[in-house]
Amino acid sequence: MEPLLLADKSFSSRLFTGTGKFSSPEVMESALLASGSQLVTVAMKRVDMDNKADDMLQHLAHPGLHLLPNTSGVRTAREAVYAAQLAREAMETNWIKLEIHPDPRYLMPDPVETLQAAAELVKLGFVVLPYVHADPVLCKRLEEVGTAAVMPLGAPIGSNKGLKTFDFLEIIIAQSNVPVIVDAGIGSPSHAAQAMEMGASAVLVNTAIAVARNPVQMAAAFKAAVEAGRMAYEAGLAGSSQHAVASSPLIAFLDEA
Amino acid sequence: MFKSIFDQYDWEEVKASIYAKTSRDVEQALHHQRRTLDDFAALISPAAAPYLGQMAAISHALTRQRFGNTMQLYIPMYLSNECQNICTYCGFSLDNKIRRKTLSSTEILMETAAIKEMGFEHVLLVTGEASQLVGVDYFKKVLQLLRPHFANISMEVQPLDEADYRELSALGLHTVLVYQETYHQDDYKKHHPKGRKSNFDYRLETPDRLGKAGIHKMGLGVLIGLEDWRTDSFYTALHLNYLEKQYWQTKYSISFPRLRPFSGGLTPKVEMSNRELVQLICAYRLFNQEVELSLSTREDEVFRDHIVPLGITSMSAASKTNPGGYTVDPQSLEQFEISDDRSAAAIAAMLKQQGYEAVWKDWDPAFSGEIKKVAG
Repeated sequence: MEPLLLADKSFSSRLFTGTGKFSSPEVMESALLASGSQLVTVAMKRVDMDNKADDMLQHLAHPGLHLLPNTSGVRTAREAVYAAQLAREAMETNWIKLEIHPDPRYLMPDPVETLQAAAELVKLGFVVLPYVHADPVLCKRLEEVGTAAVMPLGAPIGSNKGLKTFDFLEIIIAQSNVPVIVDAGIGSPSHAAQAMEMGASAVLVNTAIAVARNPVQMAAAFKAAVEAGRMAYEAGLAGSSQHAVASSPLIAFLDEA
Repeated sequence: MFKSIFDQYDWEEVKASIYAKTSRDVEQALHHQRRTLDDFAALISPAAAPYLGQMAAISHALTRQRFGNTMQLYIPMYLSNECQNICTYCGFSLDNKIRRKTLSSTEILMETAAIKEMGFEHVLLVTGEASQLVGVDYFKKVLQLLRPHFANISMEVQPLDEADYRELSALGLHTVLVYQETYHQDDYKKHHPKGRKSNFDYRLETPDRLGKAGIHKMGLGVLIGLEDWRTDSFYTALHLNYLEKQYWQTKYSISFPRLRPFSGGLTPKVEMSNRELVQLICAYRLFNQEVELSLSTREDEVFRDHIVPLGITSMSAASKTNPGGYTVDPQSLEQFEISDDRSAAAIAAMLKQQGYEAVWKDWDPAFSGEIKKVAG
């Protein structure tokens, strides 16, 4: 499998993970290790940024596991830029998962604020990974301001509904010059495999692993599914059709005369 | 404003419609993917009692999907028991002739140290209503004092004006809890005969003012025991429904305080059984997957332990309901008796044993209030 190049880093795992909703930091740690993930996102609001001994961060300290702080909780571009700067200082990384969802109920990303914040953060030297709707035009606009990737949603965060935005993800993947990471909504390994088969560069999974009856085993299942989906994509899918294709009478006239 | 919606409903009609719900209504409500206010009415009705097992299973699954295996912990800090209101059910009532206490800055910091020692990062500040002594200026001072010490600050104080909320929000206030106590207008007047709190409409429109001020989260609820809890809860859900559409950037939480005894207090008009409280909690979750449901130490140990997987998302622990209760003045007048006096560590251990992680910090002061410039 090809490694994924993202900004200045290379990833052999295309399964990105989150840290929320686990029953304990120990379970989280075991699940993340079983997933083989090399990039894990952390909500800044959950960690004590002044405390190097923070419980969650302690359990994430593994070589090869990169931390991706996220701005979950902010409502505006201004707040996001401020939060990202604090994260950079506290967590010593200039990578930021830009999440601006002013709607706390469905956690829908705000396209206007996200674009504005992305532009500003890129100027400030951040590697910006923005969480957005599966909006092809917005994804191009983000690419133009210099984001390192785009992270369109498959379905509302935490919904486990799968790739409800399939048709739009296809367009985004087809026209993107930066990696496309399908974030949110992936509820089962088959959803992840489907995203990878269609050519997504990576997927980000949290709830489906954290809330599974056995998070460690589920993490391993996602690992296998992401690898299978990617391999299938690289191998070139044969395509499918509902019906056998008969030679068309529409062009029969070409053989007459 | 909610008042215009509230006025379209008649208490007795609402009550009659809830009590007229049938098992068929309940079954339909259970089958729906997205549930309406009418479904909620069925789920809180007496007709839903035989379906409690099913409701609990659905509530558990919905809560787990949305909130994961976590429970937010917070602690109240009572700042003052001064009060100019007469409320028939409250220990701080003006006509309760007891010694009054308002914490000074030094005392607040002493209480803070005691609270932080237990591990808390989310604090709920509580006062009575004495606007001269404990008004907006006092709150501003307290927020400035406490912002460096806590990740998240909530308040449960008298209703304020929109401009006040705006100002306090800029100083780092995250959440405001304002319970209507009861949506029964005549009964409300009976229980609040004197003081600013006797103004039903001003209280009713407080969530609107909070929404306009852009507060991050607000908490709603009624005091269970004053009136028919089913009807009051229907109005709470109606209020929530309105607010979520109107102020879509705000988070909401619901509490269900059952009237607790206090020195010389009121006997509840309506008793709510444990079974009924479980029904109400599950009904809220089935109605709204995203709303936070909060449970205080008013409830006892056994009930709290068993309610963990049924829909609750945040809990207080180790609470004292008197100003200075943690260290400064443990003997001062308390607002009500608590029923679960276990330590914060004991609650966290209980949660862990049930497969839940106690979440101490889920906010950062950097995310609220005015933004400062980052050096470098």
